[in-house]
Amino acid sequence: MDFTLSKKHEMARQLFRDFAENEVKPLAQEVDEEERFPRETVDKMAKYGFLGIPVPKEYGGQGCDILTYVMCVEELSKVCGTTGVIVSAHTSLCVDPILTYGTEEQKQKYVPDLASGRKIGAFGLTEPGAGTDAQGQQTKAVLDGDEWVLNGSKCFITNGKEADVYIVIAVTGIIEKNGRKMKEISSFIVEKGTPGFTFGTKEKKMGIRGSSTYELIFTDCRIPKENILGKQGQGFKIAMHTLDGGRIGIAAQALGIAEGALERTIAYTKERKQFGKSISGFQNTQFQLADMATKVEAAKMLVYKAALKKDEYRTNPKISYSEEAAMAKLYAAEVAMEVTTKAVQLHGGYGYIREYDVERMMRDAKITEIYEGTSEVQRMVISAALLK
Amino acid sequence: MKIVVCIKQVPDTKGGVKFNPDGTLDRGAMLAIMNPDDKAGLEAALRLKEQFGAEVTVLTMGLPKAADVLREAMAMGADKGILVTDRVLGGADTWATSTTIAGALRNIDYDLIITGRQAIDGDTAQVGPQIAEHLGIPVISYAQEIKIDGDKVIVQRQYDDRYHVLEAKMPCLITALSELNEPRYMTPGGIFDACDAEITQWGRADLKDVDDSDLGLKGSPTKIAKASDKVRKGAGEKVVPDSPEDAVAYIVGKFKEKHII
Repeated sequence: MDFTLSKKHEMARQLFRDFAENEVKPLAQEVDEEERFPRETVDKMAKYGFLGIPVPKEYGGQGCDILTYVMCVEELSKVCGTTGVIVSAHTSLCVDPILTYGTEEQKQKYVPDLASGRKIGAFGLTEPGAGTDAQGQQTKAVLDGDEWVLNGSKCFITNGKEADVYIVIAVTGIIEKNGRKMKEISSFIVEKGTPGFTFGTKEKKMGIRGSSTYELIFTDCRIPKENILGKQGQGFKIAMHTLDGGRIGIAAQALGIAEGALERTIAYTKERKQFGKSISGFQNTQFQLADMATKVEAAKMLVYKAALKKDEYRTNPKISYSEEAAMAKLYAAEVAMEVTTKAVQLHGGYGYIREYDVERMMRDAKITEIYEGTSEVQRMVISAALLK
Repeated sequence: MKIVVCIKQVPDTKGGVKFNPDGTLDRGAMLAIMNPDDKAGLEAALRLKEQFGAEVTVLTMGLPKAADVLREAMAMGADKGILVTDRVLGGADTWATSTTIAGALRNIDYDLIITGRQAIDGDTAQVGPQIAEHLGIPVISYAQEIKIDGDKVIVQRQYDDRYHVLEAKMPCLITALSELNEPRYMTPGGIFDACDAEITQWGRADLKDVDDSDLGLKGSPTKIAKASDKVRKGAGEKVVPDSPEDAVAYIVGKFKEKHII
């Protein structure tokens, strides 16, 4: 067992850190305040290959591993949670399922544009009545000749209006399993601009306010028959497996937010003087910081372990990383919420003011306990693995 | 076209310079980075590569860990890296350094050599021009813009209040200013490739046409008697005049007061 990063990973971390400091941090407050998608940052990330990090080179990617991708989301999220989730949703929820379940034609058609960032990806599973209960899907896809006809809507979709390629989950029929009637669920690749595919209103959110969160609406939206991803009826499995990977990305985002808040709090408590000395000189501050740092470090271990497990899966698809991903997401998200809340508290009144980053970070942290499976869902996944 | 960029790993002085008790630089206490002028030179070479399809080789002299800076350059897009390292080359001043680098360059085909103007740890600006002198090729220093026209380079050389446009036939050497461009970042895939790539390592035996008496500490005529941090300038006096005329009158008044004019 070795906790030392390789030269490659050390250099990659330095790259992501420099990029985040120089290109992302200066815009973080503005992007949040104006609820603006940071298109200019996305273009720069595309130029430097950040949108195809774990994608093999033959599909136009960077040919790196999951740990490198995780460190990218982590470093971006240290300064801007919005930018972190843009990369995570694109990579884990759109590029990954096409690479894992797509036909060679689908991979050739979509992945090079996505990996190079010429196109952005998104994933539509959640519906107004189907969040944690993914079986509650209402969106339907009916085969009509050589086309699937989609009807229904998806909500809270990250990268919503900014994406070009969408993985959409829909009901394609009713099947009987163990004597029970169940929905047959399939997944599809839908391109922006397809007639019948429109957007609803933009969501006004508590945090990650620069990320583009929209409702996707399908009204007799006809897509080619070959745009089904995987086999008919495989959609639920694809969605769950995609979310396993997505959770590692969100865990990295949560970790980054927590690290960013901790860094700022350490700096602030050294500067801020009360009763004639820096507040870092008080034992309460010291103990709070010690607890925050310890939890952040523990979260990092879980997140990196999940990343390494997914890397292992890439060479040996028989293994599962579902439990590791759920543990990483559960713990990192709860640490992010706890650490950012303490960070605001240690900043006192200033922590409640938008000028200070920790205010934004606390709002950004909350979503990591909710999306890509709530903390409760992660506990279900973990306990199911324990009790099987 | 074949371009060689000479780069140096230097301590990052952004967070201030740290000294050992004996007055020498405490390199271990500072982050090691690619010298900014050299990085601009590398960026210029990479842009020429994109424009003309050049092959870019990066070369450095230093301790084995200086290979890191070569890997960084390769992760940005350089094709090959050469590390010149040998115990006998340690303690070199600018003369011994330029002799060593020229000795290494005699093994390579090149059309253009680019160095940074100066390194932020020594600030001499001597090594680039000295290399050109050793190799007997033209040098254009302080480049703020580089263009290629056939077998010639056309370079804007920066001066305090103007620039000169100079032309030189290749092979030649250019020293680059950090203002020349905004260097690109590495790419994640570039990092992975650079870490897997082999770096050519040369020692004393690989240097061509050099004399031992010109190498390392004993070949260095310069002896550092004392090193110290830069003396910080004071905050100065801040004046906000009501109009440009008032500003001019104020400045002229100050000049007269100090007998400058």
